[in-house]
Amino acid sequence: MGNTKILSSRFGKIKPDSVEEFVAAGGYEGLKKAITMKPEEIIQEIKNAYLFGRGGAAYPTGVKWEQAYAIPLEKGPKYMICNADEGEPGTFKDRHIMAEDPLMLIEGMTIGAFIFGAKEGYIYCRGEYSGIQKILKSAIKNATEAGYLGENIMGTGLNFNIKVVSGAGAYVCGENTALVESIEGKTGRPRRKPPYIKNAGLNMMPTVLNNVETYACIPWIVKEGGETFLSVGTEFSGGTKLMCLSGNVVQRGVYEVPFGTTLRELIYGLGGGIAGGKTLKFVHLGGSSGACFPEELLDTKICYNDLRKNGLSLGSGAVLVVDDTHCVVDYLKTVMEFFEDESCGKCTPCREGNRRMVEILEKLTSGRGAKEDLERLQRLARTMRNTSFCGLGQSAPVPVTTLLKHFAAEFEAHVQGRCPSGKCSMSGVRR
Amino acid sequence: MEKINLTIDGIDISVAKGSTILQAAKEAKVDIPTLCFLQGVHEPGSCRICVVEVEGWRGLQPACVTKAEEGIVVKTSSRLVRETRRDILELILANHNRECLSCKRNQKCELQKLAEDFGIDSNYYEKKGTCVELDQSGPVVRDTSKCVLCGRCVSVCSNIQKVNAIDLAYRGPNTSVTTPYEQSLSLRSCINCGQCIKVCPVGALQERDDTEKVWKALEDPELHVVVQTAPAVRVALGEEFGLPVGTNVKGKMVTALKRLGFNKIFDTTFGADLTIMEEGTELLHRINNGGKLPLITSCSPGWVKFCEHNYSDFLDNLSSCRSPQQMFGAVAKSYYPQKAGLDANKVFVVSVMPCTAKKFEADREELKINGLKDVDAVITTRELAKMIKQAGINFNELSDSYYDELLGTSTGAGVIFANTGGVMEAALRTVADILTGEDLQTIEYHEVRGLEGTKEATVNINGMELNVAIAHGTGNAAKLLDTIREGKADYHFIEVMACPGGCINGGGQPILMDKSKTQEVNQLRAASIYSLDRTAVKRKSHDNPEIKKIYAEFLDKPGSSKAHQLLHTHYIARN
Repeated sequence: MGNTKILSSRFGKIKPDSVEEFVAAGGYEGLKKAITMKPEEIIQEIKNAYLFGRGGAAYPTGVKWEQAYAIPLEKGPKYMICNADEGEPGTFKDRHIMAEDPLMLIEGMTIGAFIFGAKEGYIYCRGEYSGIQKILKSAIKNATEAGYLGENIMGTGLNFNIKVVSGAGAYVCGENTALVESIEGKTGRPRRKPPYIKNAGLNMMPTVLNNVETYACIPWIVKEGGETFLSVGTEFSGGTKLMCLSGNVVQRGVYEVPFGTTLRELIYGLGGGIAGGKTLKFVHLGGSSGACFPEELLDTKICYNDLRKNGLSLGSGAVLVVDDTHCVVDYLKTVMEFFEDESCGKCTPCREGNRRMVEILEKLTSGRGAKEDLERLQRLARTMRNTSFCGLGQSAPVPVTTLLKHFAAEFEAHVQGRCPSGKCSMSGVRR
Repeated sequence: MEKINLTIDGIDISVAKGSTILQAAKEAKVDIPTLCFLQGVHEPGSCRICVVEVEGWRGLQPACVTKAEEGIVVKTSSRLVRETRRDILELILANHNRECLSCKRNQKCELQKLAEDFGIDSNYYEKKGTCVELDQSGPVVRDTSKCVLCGRCVSVCSNIQKVNAIDLAYRGPNTSVTTPYEQSLSLRSCINCGQCIKVCPVGALQERDDTEKVWKALEDPELHVVVQTAPAVRVALGEEFGLPVGTNVKGKMVTALKRLGFNKIFDTTFGADLTIMEEGTELLHRINNGGKLPLITSCSPGWVKFCEHNYSDFLDNLSSCRSPQQMFGAVAKSYYPQKAGLDANKVFVVSVMPCTAKKFEADREELKINGLKDVDAVITTRELAKMIKQAGINFNELSDSYYDELLGTSTGAGVIFANTGGVMEAALRTVADILTGEDLQTIEYHEVRGLEGTKEATVNINGMELNVAIAHGTGNAAKLLDTIREGKADYHFIEVMACPGGCINGGGQPILMDKSKTQEVNQLRAASIYSLDRTAVKRKSHDNPEIKKIYAEFLDKPGSSKAHQLLHTHYIARN
């Protein structure tokens, strides 16, 4: 494992909102270099970096920015938005960036503003992060006073301001269009696409929207060059990734690892293995809407390509480790209760599908399940994936299908009235 | 027009660029089921019942909102599509109060039809939905246990009518259509127009059922029960009995009402003619005496309440005239008993209206005269049809009857009140005769007819330039009044009807199974109304012999103190 720290190098070493300390530790060098470059050149560096969106969708950032840059300014103002909603369960990396090095994020957004000629930026910060919002606001204030935000930034003629906004705590507001609706003061429900957010986002104007970690990578890429960034990772996945390790591991926490690190190295090396001398049962990767898989896949490299080949997705970088004392059906029920509650309620498959999945899982965990319930879960999963309005409902069934695939026997046991790990009540079993 | 080519279920078709897959399928004569979609009104693409497969595209696409693209190959009835639609339908049904037999929408329910088409024969899921409250505080009754969360009512209420009484709230399984602070509709800015009822695909929205009140009155030997029927009812009631849209069933309706046992069958058009006499006089009085202008009509109770809530600065512009329904009621309880030798306290007035807001209007405290309501019960076109069916009357086989005399003679002017622009045209016919002192032969004002949202015209009568405007649908009315507020428009006289199209499309009119045909149906009903006018013996309100008689023998003259006591009212700001 390499030791290159792109994102966490200043964590804990500087006062988070201090511009002086940030600059003394190499901050704003990316922006200083960026303003000497042409926008096209900066975008080319980002493309060379093979930087993929860190929020979960893994869209190539360079391509996104190239498309956004191509939209003429005459179409109206372009907005820079940072998705700092960080609602994916098991994900707590963005909070580290915002709490420990918020100016890195601000610098990344400012470089974007320079490219796009944007005047207004928004950081849509998770409602529960009230303390972090204060740090962000303070950092923005200090950056403005130091001339890194506000009018005529560093003599370039660029005017750019950032506002910190927050919703009322809805998971769906991590979805780009729902997030934009929320900033506009509406209920956070997704919009129909097209039009895409790059063409018609906030106030139906062209909008560039990226995750906290994505923006945070930009200054380093500009400063060190895209190819250097790529060289830190694998052939197809540039740079490092903040991984959020949680669950039944010895050392939970956020780890910055270069792409190419295996999940086993992360869990057993950095994480110190399974807590309490237990055995690993499965890993839930990428957040609640990610895949669950057993030990056999642990040697997969953290790399967009390698993961995809194994039918996995990195998602937000959440790695939730579950040991063998847990029951997959019981676990899945908890996960689906989350989606039931967080569905925005707009489309039928997500609103009704998630609640009915919970209903079926309740039957199974209380010993009232039947074989047809397992078939129904599969069928509902397919319908939700194929027909849900947005990513929430499309991906919510992923843990269902992956657990059914890898732990079919355990589901069967529940149908027969038995919970092998003894977690489920099975109170409805007729004896 | 630029065309694109695509294939739907093996059928090659060329459609206009920008068409949705749903529109393209229609042209290819392929039916795709829809539920939430209502073209031009509500296009959220959220129920997902219309999903189709497009070769090479990820997932399934909602046909209602997905644009067709050049060369795509669409499958609308593959196994995957059929199974998926069935899943979606089962999910909706699982959360739906399926007591179809006791539902007013039984056999007129879009969800019921889908269930039948898909052959849904069982119910896999266990738990019922969580929404069970019933709001029956006002004329519009909401039963959320039947709501499918399509959101059509919200779009009509917010975007078309600009009333904003309801919205989608909460999320996940708690998602519901509700009012601010979950108060009952009657406490909110709801204007009772009933347009939400008309677009609801299921039985979640209905009018308050007042038929029992009417049955009881009919069965009470002490009471003398008279009924008035609004002009729009006669061109729509037939639809409830399978007759072609727009059929005039006036004669059959009168026969049916006699069979139901009403003592006298009268016509609201008499009240309409009376309104013209009073309102026409009021208009000329305001113009000649520097009164508040523009004068705005007050016949539509939905519009009046909208104005009271949202444009209370225009209350002085509202005509002080009661609506035709109320004018009729007021004379039915004063003039009529006097002439017929009856005790006014024993006269029970029933209205058959195309309207749900009329139920609210009849209950207004300020419209009581000596403690008596003008109108005792209001039923909609739909409710009358139910009563006729319950009475075992074979409607289509009935012969024609005539309205009773005294309050039953109609003019073409009174009849066209049913259409947007009709009140204006009727008023112009009378005002023009008054101003010229002649019996003018040119009486059709085509510039005020038609279904455009707002219309305006300048009418020259005997040298007087009269600037008039017409709006239908309260959203259009709001736009019109905004231009006046901003000082951008100057009118003498404005007609507003709360419902798009006017009373012919009122909230109490028959429910269309295929709601995409609303405009077409409105045109047919409107045309039928105009044809009744063309063939009427008298076409001007002031030529109505019964109107002449009531002024000569009872009211004195338009605007008299007696007329003011019985036929006029005031309004309340409801900010």
